[in-house]
Amino acid sequence: MHFESPVREPLILGKDTNYHTITEDICIETERRPSKYWFMSFGLALAVLTLLASCITYTIMTGIGVWNLNKTIGWAYDITNFVWWIGIGHAGTLISAILLLFRQQWRTSINRSAEAMTIFAVFCAGLFPVIHMGRVWNGYMNLPLPNDLGPLWPNFNSALLWDVFAISTYLSVSVVFWYTGLIPDLATMRDRSKSKARRNVLTFFSFGWTGSVRHWNRFELVCLILAGIATPLVLSVHTIVSFDFATSVLPGWHTTIFPPYFVAGAIFSGFAMVHTLLIIARKVMHLEKYITIGHLETMSKVLILTGGLVSLAYGTEFFMAWYSGYGYEQFVFMNRLFGPYWFGQWSMIAFNSCLPQLFWFRKIRRNPTITFIMAAFINVGMWFERFVIIVMGIHRDFLPSSWAMYSPTWVEVCIFIGTFGLFFTCFLLFCKYLPVIAIAEVKSIFKITRGGKPVGALVGADEQDYNGDLAFELAAQAKAASHGNGHSNIEMMDIGKTGPSH
Amino acid sequence: MENKDQKYWKGLDELNNEPEFAKQRQNEFAEKLPLGNILKEDDLGLNSNRRDFLKFMGFSITAATIAAACTRTPVKKAIPYLIKPEEIDPGVDNFYATTCNGCNANCSLLVKTREGRPIKIDGNPDSPFSQGGVCATGQGTVLSLYDNGRLPKPLRNKEEITWENLDKQVIAHIKESIASGKGVRILSGSINSPSTLSAIKDFSTKYPGTQHIMYDAVSYSGLLQAHKQMFGKALIPDYKFNKAKVIVSFGADFLGTWLSPVEFTKQYSAAKKTEVKEDYPIHMQFESRLSLSGSNADIRATLKPSQVGQALTSLYSKITGGSGSLELAGNTISHAANTLLKYKGRSIVITDSNDPDHQVIVAAINNALGNYGSTLDVVNPSYQRAGNDKDMIQLVTDMNAGKVGTLIIYGVNPSYTYPDTDAFNNGLKKVDNTISFAGMMDETSQNIKYIAPDHHFLESWGDSNPKEGYYSLSQPTITPIFNSRAATESFLVWAEATETSHYDYLKKYWKENMLSKQSQYSDFEDFWEHIVEHGFFTGKGNPGSLTAANTSLVSASVNKTSAQVASKNLEVVLYEKVAIRDGQNSNNPWLMELPDPISKVSWDNYACLSVKWADEHNVTDLNVIKITVNGKAVELPVLRSPGQTYGTVGIAYGYGRNYGKITVKDASGNNEEIIAGKVANGIGANAFPFAAVSGESILYNGATAEISNTGKNYELALTQTHHNMEGRNLILETTIDELPKYKAKEALGEVGSAQLISLWKDYRFPAHHWGMAVDLNACTGCNACVVSCQAENNIPVVGKDEVRRRREMHWIRIDRYYSVAETNHVYDDTKYHDKHLEIDAMYDKNKIDYENVKVAFQPIMCQHCSNAPCETVCPVSAISHSSEGLNQQIYNRCVGTRYCANNCPYKVRRFNWFRYFTNSQFDYTMNNDLSRMVLNPDVTVRSRGVMEKCSFCVQRIQAVKLTAKTESRMLKDGEIKTACMQTCPANAIVFGDLNDPNSEVSKLFANKRSYSILTELNTRPNVSYLAKVRNNIEDLA
Repeated sequence: MHFESPVREPLILGKDTNYHTITEDICIETERRPSKYWFMSFGLALAVLTLLASCITYTIMTGIGVWNLNKTIGWAYDITNFVWWIGIGHAGTLISAILLLFRQQWRTSINRSAEAMTIFAVFCAGLFPVIHMGRVWNGYMNLPLPNDLGPLWPNFNSALLWDVFAISTYLSVSVVFWYTGLIPDLATMRDRSKSKARRNVLTFFSFGWTGSVRHWNRFELVCLILAGIATPLVLSVHTIVSFDFATSVLPGWHTTIFPPYFVAGAIFSGFAMVHTLLIIARKVMHLEKYITIGHLETMSKVLILTGGLVSLAYGTEFFMAWYSGYGYEQFVFMNRLFGPYWFGQWSMIAFNSCLPQLFWFRKIRRNPTITFIMAAFINVGMWFERFVIIVMGIHRDFLPSSWAMYSPTWVEVCIFIGTFGLFFTCFLLFCKYLPVIAIAEVKSIFKITRGGKPVGALVGADEQDYNGDLAFELAAQAKAASHGNGHSNIEMMDIGKTGPSH
Repeated sequence: MENKDQKYWKGLDELNNEPEFAKQRQNEFAEKLPLGNILKEDDLGLNSNRRDFLKFMGFSITAATIAAACTRTPVKKAIPYLIKPEEIDPGVDNFYATTCNGCNANCSLLVKTREGRPIKIDGNPDSPFSQGGVCATGQGTVLSLYDNGRLPKPLRNKEEITWENLDKQVIAHIKESIASGKGVRILSGSINSPSTLSAIKDFSTKYPGTQHIMYDAVSYSGLLQAHKQMFGKALIPDYKFNKAKVIVSFGADFLGTWLSPVEFTKQYSAAKKTEVKEDYPIHMQFESRLSLSGSNADIRATLKPSQVGQALTSLYSKITGGSGSLELAGNTISHAANTLLKYKGRSIVITDSNDPDHQVIVAAINNALGNYGSTLDVVNPSYQRAGNDKDMIQLVTDMNAGKVGTLIIYGVNPSYTYPDTDAFNNGLKKVDNTISFAGMMDETSQNIKYIAPDHHFLESWGDSNPKEGYYSLSQPTITPIFNSRAATESFLVWAEATETSHYDYLKKYWKENMLSKQSQYSDFEDFWEHIVEHGFFTGKGNPGSLTAANTSLVSASVNKTSAQVASKNLEVVLYEKVAIRDGQNSNNPWLMELPDPISKVSWDNYACLSVKWADEHNVTDLNVIKITVNGKAVELPVLRSPGQTYGTVGIAYGYGRNYGKITVKDASGNNEEIIAGKVANGIGANAFPFAAVSGESILYNGATAEISNTGKNYELALTQTHHNMEGRNLILETTIDELPKYKAKEALGEVGSAQLISLWKDYRFPAHHWGMAVDLNACTGCNACVVSCQAENNIPVVGKDEVRRRREMHWIRIDRYYSVAETNHVYDDTKYHDKHLEIDAMYDKNKIDYENVKVAFQPIMCQHCSNAPCETVCPVSAISHSSEGLNQQIYNRCVGTRYCANNCPYKVRRFNWFRYFTNSQFDYTMNNDLSRMVLNPDVTVRSRGVMEKCSFCVQRIQAVKLTAKTESRMLKDGEIKTACMQTCPANAIVFGDLNDPNSEVSKLFANKRSYSILTELNTRPNVSYLAKVRNNIEDLA
């Protein structure tokens, strides 16, 4: 049997793209005065952030009572939003760590912004466990701080404490990983900077990167080690978040399937969010060359896979409820389908299980508008999934006398909306001050023809299908690229590393 | 650091370790603390050294603080605690025996005081009739004491006046009235206080022609008149429910509100403790709305108020050998007649109807059954109600005719409670002088010229004679907070008596009249000491003899009654709520927030409609309807109520209050506004105008009502919105037949006997292991424990809006579930969004007979699980398990993640959503200095953001343990009483040590009816429930 594998399309497009234009394209946003759209967006984001700050202040000054939680439902919007945001924060590390280990080259165009998104999403997520505490000012008691109270330690049996460790570890490792990746790019920006002040600042933050082989060597090693550390974290964070529910006694919460289910859901929602953001970013920042339709398509495929995984989990939960013969559990699942919050369950099934099936069609996968809308719906569906798990697990549990309903107050809604303000404020600042694409890494996958021209030039930037003949003249290209700009070392290393993978 | 080779010593005696020194070293202080000297006056000052100075200072500051905290206004004869009152030890409870004035049942109380302020009402355990029980209303009276809407001083035309001037003017007016021939009328509630009656008698002697009219807002006049007709004396028999095998009640809620509910509950629940079928009481209730008693009945039949007469005549005729004309569904009247005849002389028939004819027939039934002399004692009758409708109606007529010179109103509020309010108010304008003893600016007081505020009963001396031969004393438990004066004293002053001090008068009266009624003491001072300590004595009354009943007039009543035809109209049924009663206590936040035991609605009254009738007339929960009766209309939200008779609308008294406000000068001469009714004003609507003055009686039920939908919606504050047990094994039931071989744990099926393993190591409880047993068979669902717990544990009142948001803070709640007879349960969840009556959701409503529901109650408090789900999930270890099996919430460690509440399968944890004690939004019990005086200093007031829950009254456990320790003895079983246990009028709650196999609670845990709920979760609760027992319905047919 003869099988000819299809030739893969190039990961970076563009007629005139060369190593220099890549640097130019990416750095230019950080060097020029931002557009008025940026200012408008930033203003809006700041306004929403202010809303967040005011609502949190109001909550802390007056009491959690300004939310609509009650004696039966102790968590609702707060923890739903927490789990949702932490799920969104999953794609970044997955893309940077796991895909790095799997040598998925396409990740390089998107990993920087995905990692940034992770960090900002974890900020938003981390906010909720803090402000949902009745006495925020005593929140430090959650930490295993040395103390003279006995000594009195936190309760190491509690999943909430594991959360504290899981999230803070995840945040710190993500930040370190992200920052490590930034160092060569910061050095590039340093070298390009014209004002002295900027140069000094960037010198400081790039840790005196010179681009020597030794630097590159260590950089690669650190990245690999961090990827090794971060990979289990991708799995562990949401596993531990799921323990918040799985270690309880409540029907609908107390489920062994939760760890894999939550991880799959997190990757699902994380990719959906990356999808949403990148479609905006590539449009606004003209990065179509780097974030190609091919990227979108690949991510859509991940969405089908993870969407399938969560659907399997949904099915398993229902099966187990029936199979266990446990009345309370069965009631909870009937209540999910036909109870007062039926819309939550059905939107989660519609958006998370049914909708991604459209991604089986190639046309849809490659249509940025449709995928954008679908990714947004998936995020809505994933929000409902968390709402269904959290609120519907407790609003009708064991004793019918205590059954209750929940609907958010304006304060809770505003806090949720406000977290978008926090997220986008951070994201817009990131877009303004840091390279949104990893310059050094993306160059490593830049393909060049035998004639010294980039492959994109053969087919044109907007070609959807690529049928060209690939050829590489690596050594020559390395030489050709070594003059003209001030960061030849980067390219030398990258080319040497990535060439053989094709 | 100690040098090994060197030894330091303070003196030679230490060096030589002389025996004297060794002995002294055992003591913390070298010398005895000269506390005794400090307290001696002659030692003050001169010989002080530094230590004494510090002691003095510490003591004075404490004393000053206590003194400042305990008395709001400077009081005459107040002495700071520089000289400590003999009986007061800061931090130690003092108990005073007194008599409850929350309603006219006049139960004997023990009032717990702390540093001179009452903080908790407990029943007097020695009392033969209330037996230590006390109802929700009684519990609430202590909070009413600290109502800052109380009148602070006497008033004339709403302006302050001194007592001297008031007395002078009032006496002048009274004399004028006497001179003008119009005379003086005293309008009071039922008074059974011998000394007050004597003072009124003195007053009447001084001012001849004075008439004393007694009037009850919810009248028992019909009952009194019927007995007057039958036995020649207007009396209420002393009912003995414990002796009754059969109880048939027509509407009388004797477990909730009728006559003497605590006493009756004690008797009723005691009777139900038997396992002998022959003795197990049969309770039949015929009523129009589901009352607390009806919810406990074996057989319950609904009927309209207009059917009561016929039902009674039918029963009467069946019992006397005839055949009745009316039969209710399921032949219940015949069943009642047969059962009553089977147990002749061992039954009680009662009705709450105020129609004297109805009461005559009931009395005739009881007479025919031979109940007088066995279960109904008319020789030693009850004096708990004495109001006479005829006199009241006559008074109103006289007032309107301008025949009343001076009207003195004592303890009643006819402008609110009299059905024909306009007639009363118009009449009031024609009275020359009006005087009232009202403590608050209530509806009547707003039209009164002179107000001479009476003490709250906890501030006052007094006595009571609720039953023949039972005399109970009241004594002040606090110095009067305001410038009030006992009403009895006012009578004496106005009568220009020589002895005007209430206390002296009372003591003199007791010396002259009471000493001879007992034989234990010959010396009065000894007797007085005894009575002040014990609160009551039972002695020789003036028993009459059991005369044969005069039944000659019965047939007239029967004829009159059987002519009453059942109407097809919508009829009004008025009722008292368990806590709010006739509205006297409606400004009490505890009672206002207490959910109705049946409807579970707090903070409101509402129109109870039968589910079927409401559906047919297109009204449903949340709708506000306008109810019009005889041209008077009120608007109330609808509550479709299971158990409500088709074609009736039930409305509770006590709402729609309209207290007024006044401006007076405070101590520093500034104008101060006294706002009464902060809690009650504007809540619900007044139902009293729907009662009717008919001839010589006031009839409460049966008026024809018309309703119209206003199109408005209103959300009631419910503490429980789902009313169906969903077939879960929460409340187990058995029947008296099956009881001998019943095992609750087997009834639980697999989960009851499963051996569950745990990851954790089992706790060991070396000393004590506290547990609680709740007998669901005894519990009537009366809610007294809820208020008791609230008072004991400083539980905040959160208000209507917060209850709507399902945030009430009660640590103990009583779950109430409805169940219907066997039907095809059709799972139809389309109405799940219906926030209120979710019963629809569960069944095909066309197949349900909502009128005939069974009710089950289950008190739920923290179950103190040995494997507590809350403990493991707390990230900061704010919940710990004590070595005595208590699940302890540590407030100052709690950060408020609420995970514990989520993970509690019993949902007993309560979160402090706000800072209830300083947030002006919650101006109920903790937001002003006065009402904070009710707080129990032994229990922390919780800060916002922390979780709280039932602690098994750990402060009480500790206190008793401490006592036992100082007395070097073991704890005695039953010595520790949690607040709920202590109050329970049904003795349904027992707390004790499970490590002691002989303790009451251990025995109950070993009882065959004992089980715990949700044991399949392996939580291992330390609360056990005892399955409910019902009669076999087949036997009753």
